[in-house]
Amino acid sequence: MPVRVQAEDFDVAAEIAALTSGRTDIGALVTFTGLVRSTQDGRDLVSMMLEHYPGMTEAELEAAEAEAAKRWPLAASLIIHRVGELHPGSNIVLVITASQHRQAAFQAAEFLMDYLKTRAPFWKKETFSGSEAAWVDARECDAEAIARWASEKR
Amino acid sequence: MSAEPEITLRYFAWVREKIGRGEERLALPAGLKTVADVLAWQSTRGAEFEDAFGKPGIIRTAIDRRHVKSTAPIDGAHEIAFFPPVTGG
Repeated sequence: MPVRVQAEDFDVAAEIAALTSGRTDIGALVTFTGLVRSTQDGRDLVSMMLEHYPGMTEAELEAAEAEAAKRWPLAASLIIHRVGELHPGSNIVLVITASQHRQAAFQAAEFLMDYLKTRAPFWKKETFSGSEAAWVDARECDAEAIARWASEKR
Repeated sequence: MSAEPEITLRYFAWVREKIGRGEERLALPAGLKTVADVLAWQSTRGAEFEDAFGKPGIIRTAIDRRHVKSTAPIDGAHEIAFFPPVTGG
């Protein structure tokens, strides 16, 4: 159940191949990829800088995977999150979950993203065309998304 | 009477930018017991610190790389980090 924090891009197909190589117990595999959008509220994004807290970031991502593995019967999972300067169209984050059946894989992937968005120490600073770079504010809906899992019974 | 131990304080994102440093080593003043105490002390360390720490309830804190609430004790901490709510993903 690895996690990686890296500046380099990732190759989704290669990561799937590595995760499933030699396995015959996986019946369902879900991937989520987050990418940099070029427009937001009608403004044009030039670039985005992602900062993180080395050491704590990896620990939080590992905690997310451990929690997901407790809640669903996962055969494998992977989280990759990029840091540094990113441009529109670039990959930001990859979550892969694999299980015998699709429900666990779908739900675990969504849970990992909700967990990551509210607990993993990453911060985005965005530069829009014609203005200075500004730190992104946390969104209330992200906190609501993770709170949902606390009350939800499987 | 024993001297307070030196610990590492770390700052991220706009907290780091406002105070102009990412990290410092120092001994906290005697008498600080909780995260809330440290946050209150930070806001008294000059204009930059007041700017970063002045509004209560915004900055998040981690002790030794674990999220903690403002009521958490700081006893035995080696590294305390201060940062805005996270925005990854």
